[in-house]
Amino acid sequence: MNDTIKTLNESDLQAYIDGQLDPLRHAQVEAWLAVHPDDAERASAYRQQNAALHALFDPVLSEAVPQRLARPEPRSWLTLPQLRYAAVAAWLSIGGALGWFMHGAQEGRAPASMAFAHQAALAHVVYTPEVRHPVEVGADQEAHLTAWLSKRLGSPLKVPHLGTGYELVGGRLLPGSDGPAAQFMYQDTHGQRLTLYVRTDKAENQETAFRYAREENVGVFYWIDGPFGYALSGDVEKPELLRVAQVVYQQLNP
Amino acid sequence: MNEADRLIEEHIPRLRRYARSLVWERGRADDLVQDTLERAWGRFHMWRRGSDLRAWLFAIMHNIHANNVRADCAAPAQQPLDEDELNIPVRATQEDGLQVRDMQAALDCLPVEQREVLLLVGLEEMRYEEVAKVLSVPVGTVMSRLSRGREHLRQIMAGKTIPALRVVK
Repeated sequence: MNDTIKTLNESDLQAYIDGQLDPLRHAQVEAWLAVHPDDAERASAYRQQNAALHALFDPVLSEAVPQRLARPEPRSWLTLPQLRYAAVAAWLSIGGALGWFMHGAQEGRAPASMAFAHQAALAHVVYTPEVRHPVEVGADQEAHLTAWLSKRLGSPLKVPHLGTGYELVGGRLLPGSDGPAAQFMYQDTHGQRLTLYVRTDKAENQETAFRYAREENVGVFYWIDGPFGYALSGDVEKPELLRVAQVVYQQLNP
Repeated sequence: MNEADRLIEEHIPRLRRYARSLVWERGRADDLVQDTLERAWGRFHMWRRGSDLRAWLFAIMHNIHANNVRADCAAPAQQPLDEDELNIPVRATQEDGLQVRDMQAALDCLPVEQREVLLLVGLEEMRYEEVAKVLSVPVGTVMSRLSRGREHLRQIMAGKTIPALRVVK
């Protein structure tokens, strides 16, 4: 075979850039480019494109994979590594009572609604201290947030606006005890954060009164309303939390 | 974690990268990944063991994205433009080195078919045969989209208006 080529085949140029030529052909294209500056310039521009694509998109590879991309229907939510870590941190901060409680919940001894309040409190203490990633989807994409979580929970959700100083930060998907759950986070101007935990409540499709539970510093008002169970958690005084819980309830039942 | 989960999970970072290059916005890109994963988990039994799992997953994402793009017809900003309509003046930016930022804007100007090939080859570093499989088109089509896409991008990034493109065989 000749060592030189008479014309540069366009496909060969592309394959040369991408390292998909056999060594002989590669050398031939290289020789061509050495004496054809226009083509050499194109080749160099194409290479730069590849480098720019990597520079632009490779950072995605090192991002933490959002939790919603984990396999649905997790076997046990404590088997997910990130959550196991988060749960340990939460146990340390909430204290032994919750550890005892989770044990009880898994054994099926604790009442379901209390388990719900505890899960909400746990999610609250895990995510509210987050500075960089408090939510998966921010309030700037509220429509997407609502649509996404509604889809995952299987019923149309409404995101309440608390007003009175608490702005929506955003929300995230969480594993509940028997399916997906959602958490919305709110923050006031002093950085005080409240979270609203929502899960579908197929078993108890009813309405209940507000109930109150407290874990260390975290107060939780929880109730069931139609297809959803709600729990509002915050490190605030009970009357203040009740006031906000009433706002939430009214917003959801206009 | 079962085998399907484990095998598929390895590809999630790459699927996210590719999704982000197709739809910029992070939430929407992850929606695309999520739809892809749900379909892959549901159809894992249809994957032929020993065949290229990455190509299979990317093909699923390609199909979902293509459907989404069709469904988005109401939002013309998302639509790939006909090449002949492209006549976009772009400032000269040769001094920007790799021109990373301009790359983002320039990619948006490419028809989606060219963009996909460019990304699968340039970013995923797939072999042409593999790209052909992912997109369900002949290798020749991959080659012509690749060379048109690259030239197209070069012209945009060189700050030229887009001339009527010559057909590269």
